[in-house]
Amino acid sequence: MLELISLTKQFGTKTAVERASFKVDHPMMIGIIGRSGAGKSTLLRMLNRLSDSTDGRIVFQGNDITRLKGSSRRHWQSRCAMIFQQFNLVPRMDVVSNVLHGTLNQRSTLSTMFNLYPQADIHRAIEILDRLGIAEQAPKRAEALSGGQQQRVAIARALMQDPAIILADEPIASLDPMNAQIVMQSLRDIHEQDNRMVIANLHTLDTARRYCDRVIGMRDGRIVFDGTPEQLSTNVARDIYGADASFSEAATSTQIDTLDRETARLLEEAKAEALV
Amino acid sequence: MSDATLSGHNSGPASVDAIQSSYLQQVQRKRLYGGLTLMIFALLMVAGFMTADARNAGGFWEGLHNVGDYPADVLSEAWEKRAALPALIVKYFPALVETINIAAVATILGAGLGLILSLLSTRGLARWPRLIPVFRRTMDIMRAIPEIVIALVLIFVLGGGPVPAMIAIAIHTAGALGKMFSEVAENADLKPLEGLASTGATWAQGMWLGILPQVAPNYVSYALLRFEINIRASAILGFVGAGGLGYELRNAMAWGPGRFDDAAAIFLLLFGTIIFFDQLSGRFRNQLTTGGQA
Repeated sequence: MLELISLTKQFGTKTAVERASFKVDHPMMIGIIGRSGAGKSTLLRMLNRLSDSTDGRIVFQGNDITRLKGSSRRHWQSRCAMIFQQFNLVPRMDVVSNVLHGTLNQRSTLSTMFNLYPQADIHRAIEILDRLGIAEQAPKRAEALSGGQQQRVAIARALMQDPAIILADEPIASLDPMNAQIVMQSLRDIHEQDNRMVIANLHTLDTARRYCDRVIGMRDGRIVFDGTPEQLSTNVARDIYGADASFSEAATSTQIDTLDRETARLLEEAKAEALV
Repeated sequence: MSDATLSGHNSGPASVDAIQSSYLQQVQRKRLYGGLTLMIFALLMVAGFMTADARNAGGFWEGLHNVGDYPADVLSEAWEKRAALPALIVKYFPALVETINIAAVATILGAGLGLILSLLSTRGLARWPRLIPVFRRTMDIMRAIPEIVIALVLIFVLGGGPVPAMIAIAIHTAGALGKMFSEVAENADLKPLEGLASTGATWAQGMWLGILPQVAPNYVSYALLRFEINIRASAILGFVGAGGLGYELRNAMAWGPGRFDDAAAIFLLLFGTIIFFDQLSGRFRNQLTTGGQA
């Protein structure tokens, strides 16, 4: 379905992504993990064609999309929705308008300028918002919403595109644990209910483990791990993050229960020591 | 976990319908207002054009086909005498230098005055906060009076020559740059200023060391833009007797056919100069705002 063939991106002399190759046969939820600067964002931006690759190819359903130009490139972007860490909504426009931006690829510039969207699209936008649980916010300005709500508006914009692939670039990095859980669960449900492919950059291991069917680990621009969450042992994780033996998964966690477990373990250790 | 699932949030079909219909109403209201605004705008445009056309001595439609006649005359005559052009360009080069000189001196004087005025009229920086409105209105007046009016008055008083033109452009520049400078200074960080004030620095010392380093790239960039505008202004002021290229151009054009080759040479000089300084300052400004900052 989707295949990357030794995709490479260079910024000057620095190589951000080096010969990244992987193949996806059927829609699944993929998590890409790695340190900041490992090339995760660059990889997603190349997939969406926000930035061009230096070398290599991207093939989706038999079509080479690496060198698409003009309107065919924009059409690909409309089929391959993107969600950003900082939401990237238009802050001064209302929520429904922001969701309707997902249809821009089918609209002419002139009708966009006069804000003329078909009634059916407006209805669908509000239905998508309802599906994500934020329909009551429909007439509000995007900037008036909380971070978690804004990220769900961004997901609604992505769904409005009716995409084959949803790319999520650190979708929960700016959110608190509770909102992070809601957003990740929404992405998971979209994958399960609509059978869309979701590729998410994540910076915490347990999120990838919990929500993804397949995990890809990147380090210094190279793919160093590609497998199921079960295969992702602590040693492999240390290798991906370039950490030493003191690295523990709980240290990178944003999950409330993981933190609780960790605190409980520490408490028990302290108790045991006190008893000794 | 269950609270985070999609279905857990569904507010039911009835309320979704309500949200949809109320949002659609809002959209329709907005469209109505938008349409009305557009209609009023179009009506005003048409009415304004018709008024202007009716008052025009010649009439817009009758004169439209004559628009190209004068340039065509100039170009055809200049083409016939093209062999003389290089010599004419050399002949008028001193006048060009005079024009650029007027613009340069006026820009430097105007920017200096504008700098002082801008700092005096920026909230948070002003030496005498109560006098801010006074300095602001002063700049407004300096901006409001066209250069050509100031120049005409000064030429009447001082006699023709480059000095009245220079003063006229400097006054306008001070008003225009003062406004832009003050907007930049409003966004400056006040913390360094507070730090300097805590050491017992004077107002001028605080401005010089605390504010100017922050705003300098923007100020220089605006001043360069103004220099380009002033070259044009200084050429135009030549028409009213301020010397330089404009004066020669007026003579060449007033003589009519027979000296159109002179006019063409002067136009070429003017275009060349403006393009040259436009490119130069554009490159310099880019460097200041992107690359040059440490």
